[in-house]
Amino acid sequence: MPIEILMPALSPTMEEGNLAKWLKNEGDKVAPGDVIAEIETDKATMEVEAVDEGTLGKILIPAGSEGVKVNTPIAVLLGEGESAEDVAKAAPAASSAAKNEPEIPAPASAQVDGAGKGAAVPAAPKVEVAADPDIPAGTEMVSMTVREALRDAMAEEMRRDEDVFVMGEEVAEYQGAYKITQGLLQEFGARRVVDTPITEHGFAGVGVGAAMAGLKPIVEFMTFNFAMQAIDQIVNSAAKTLYMSGGQMGAPIVFRGPNGAAARVAAQHSQCYAAWYSHIPGLKVVMPYTAADAKGLLKAAIRDPNPVIFLENEILYSHSFDVPKLDDFVLPIGKARIHKQGKDVTIVSFGIGMTYVLKAEAELREMGIDAEIIDLRTIRPLDYDTIIESVKKTNRLVVVEEGFPQNSIGDHIANQVSQRAFDHLDAPVITIAGKDVPMPYAANLEKLALPSVDEVVEAVKAVTYRG
Amino acid sequence: MASAARKASAKSRADGKPSSAPMAPKPAEFTKDQDLKAYRDMLLIRRFEEKAGQLYGMGFIGGFCHLYIGQEAVVTGMQMSLREGDQMITAYRDHGHMLAMDMSPRGVMAELTGRRGGYSKGKGGSMHMFSKEKNFYGGHGIVGAQVSLGTGLAFANRYRGNDNVTLTYFGDGAANQGQVYESFNMASLWKLPVIYIIENNRYAMGTSVTRSSAETDFSQRGSSFKIPGIQIDGMDVRAVKAAGDLATEWCRSGKGPIILEMLTYRYRGHSMSDPAKYRSKEEVQKMRSEHDPIEQVKARLLDKKWASEDDLKAIDREVRDIVADSAEFAQTDPEPDVSELYTDILL
Repeated sequence: MPIEILMPALSPTMEEGNLAKWLKNEGDKVAPGDVIAEIETDKATMEVEAVDEGTLGKILIPAGSEGVKVNTPIAVLLGEGESAEDVAKAAPAASSAAKNEPEIPAPASAQVDGAGKGAAVPAAPKVEVAADPDIPAGTEMVSMTVREALRDAMAEEMRRDEDVFVMGEEVAEYQGAYKITQGLLQEFGARRVVDTPITEHGFAGVGVGAAMAGLKPIVEFMTFNFAMQAIDQIVNSAAKTLYMSGGQMGAPIVFRGPNGAAARVAAQHSQCYAAWYSHIPGLKVVMPYTAADAKGLLKAAIRDPNPVIFLENEILYSHSFDVPKLDDFVLPIGKARIHKQGKDVTIVSFGIGMTYVLKAEAELREMGIDAEIIDLRTIRPLDYDTIIESVKKTNRLVVVEEGFPQNSIGDHIANQVSQRAFDHLDAPVITIAGKDVPMPYAANLEKLALPSVDEVVEAVKAVTYRG
Repeated sequence: MASAARKASAKSRADGKPSSAPMAPKPAEFTKDQDLKAYRDMLLIRRFEEKAGQLYGMGFIGGFCHLYIGQEAVVTGMQMSLREGDQMITAYRDHGHMLAMDMSPRGVMAELTGRRGGYSKGKGGSMHMFSKEKNFYGGHGIVGAQVSLGTGLAFANRYRGNDNVTLTYFGDGAANQGQVYESFNMASLWKLPVIYIIENNRYAMGTSVTRSSAETDFSQRGSSFKIPGIQIDGMDVRAVKAAGDLATEWCRSGKGPIILEMLTYRYRGHSMSDPAKYRSKEEVQKMRSEHDPIEQVKARLLDKKWASEDDLKAIDREVRDIVADSAEFAQTDPEPDVSELYTDILL
């Protein structure tokens, strides 16, 4: 029976791609391993190899086609003795070989500031955060992916400041494991776009040392899972040197890369570090959702004189958002964004957690529930004021994240709200997080391990007493 | 050196090394002024450390306190090879390094006692001091972490295209940490101007090198990365100076990193609470009586009639006065203001 050749996925998160070109024509004999076509995404170009032997009977998707969904039949392969008339009988075969890459989910916990009223302990200073810049009315918006926004942010800052450089695995020649550094080597050269060996602990330390000497490194981790090899340098060297030196020297450095669960990459590659890093005084932790926030906050992170942990997400890389077309669009670190105003309930989330919230919001609206949605954007310093003000208005709070539940960002926010706005609450705060299990590989279990839109909707119904 | 396992003199292993690899140089010929300076600088470190030990016993210094006594020739000799702009970074046995970098004894001692006049305003302590002004980058408490950081300092020098050299010190214990080799690899790959100085004092805390290290010739630890290494008698300040001259020239001429293994010895325990049961009193005594770095210079000064006993006593008095002044300051300077609790966390 003729065999259908299906559009392969290049990565666990790829949903569609372009069929760039056919290397075999109808009627050509193919053997397993022959390259028959090239497909591409915004991230990579990949050769499609034949898995079976036969004759290319019919090309179903012509070269140049864009947006071809994964698993769409792209051609039919005929076996021995079969002819073009058999094409219609084709059965789907395994899609061609595809390559996996890593990635990640959402975040977890947080930090406290205001200490008790103990005797001589001085009050912690309040962190002053600049107001969100007003985007002038009439500013042109351009749609771009988070991937492009991050790349542009780095390129703009590297043009602006000679001390800024990028280092990490595959950032230069390969153009980035996730293509975030695409084109940077060509523009800035190998001195400023530095491929490292696979040596996270070592190059994180080299980056911190260079920062102590006054350079402004952007250290890319292929994923934050691998940064656990380097966490000593991040926490003990980068975060603490300013304090330990009495203010003489610190580390103006950005550690960035994909964080959290991607898709089907299992336990060691699916973990959110928002709560981990948010625990550390001396660090700033940023976790954007939109492309505009990714751009404005990465530029701010690069300029920041402190070490900044910049948590991205592989799934969000290819999501598109409107970004203001401004020469120098910089956002303040430490300021949450009210994504949507509402009066019935406050939903707080960040990073990819926002995707669940926004889908839930559509359902809630149909039920007549007007939710206020806050995108934290920065996990540390946390914008408590925006949350508290919203809770004072709605009297109800749900927090959504993908990270593990114990000591999560949501736990911390619930604690702070109970201390600062207890009398304003009309219902217990509900925190939604990933399940308390290592990330499973099986598709059904993975889905269960992550938060869901239904969980968000149910939580909102519970705090608004809508049984 | 004291044990038979130790090489009696500096040497370089010729086999398996590129032909251009340097050999251990002969000890430098010191002038009278150089010997007098070495004597005075080493004596300052020793007296300072003795006083620190005393203040610890009196409860003025808390926590950890790792004394450098016995190893003075290493930093003193290396310092004589440096130029303005060269940088230093080390681990937690760092008091001698800071004094060698000309940091103020008052500032160091006051940091040991946790006072506001200390280099880190009292917030760092014995293991965490820095001086941007003197190019001293700490003072690090995680064994081996300073090796990656020092490699990063060298990266910055190469990035900026200056010809400064970074002295990255670590011990025989740190030499078994993984990130040391990650750093060696990058330093050699990128030809970074960094001198890795392994202060082999024979004990990683209480574990002797023979019990902890499969290869006890630490000068060869860079061979997988094509980093040349030489072994130096770290008790002889002239040998250290000669190696320092060679290594700084090596780095400044763009040849990349180099390893100097300094064969040295600490007389005191790992830290103040170490009873040092892992070695015999005789072993320590033998090192003190036969290889003491300060006594070697003293004997030479007297022998060459470059100084009289009275001259040396005058130097001793000057040093004791400096140390006494630093101790007095460190005991009377106020503790940091409570408002310092929340400063210097973020800029």
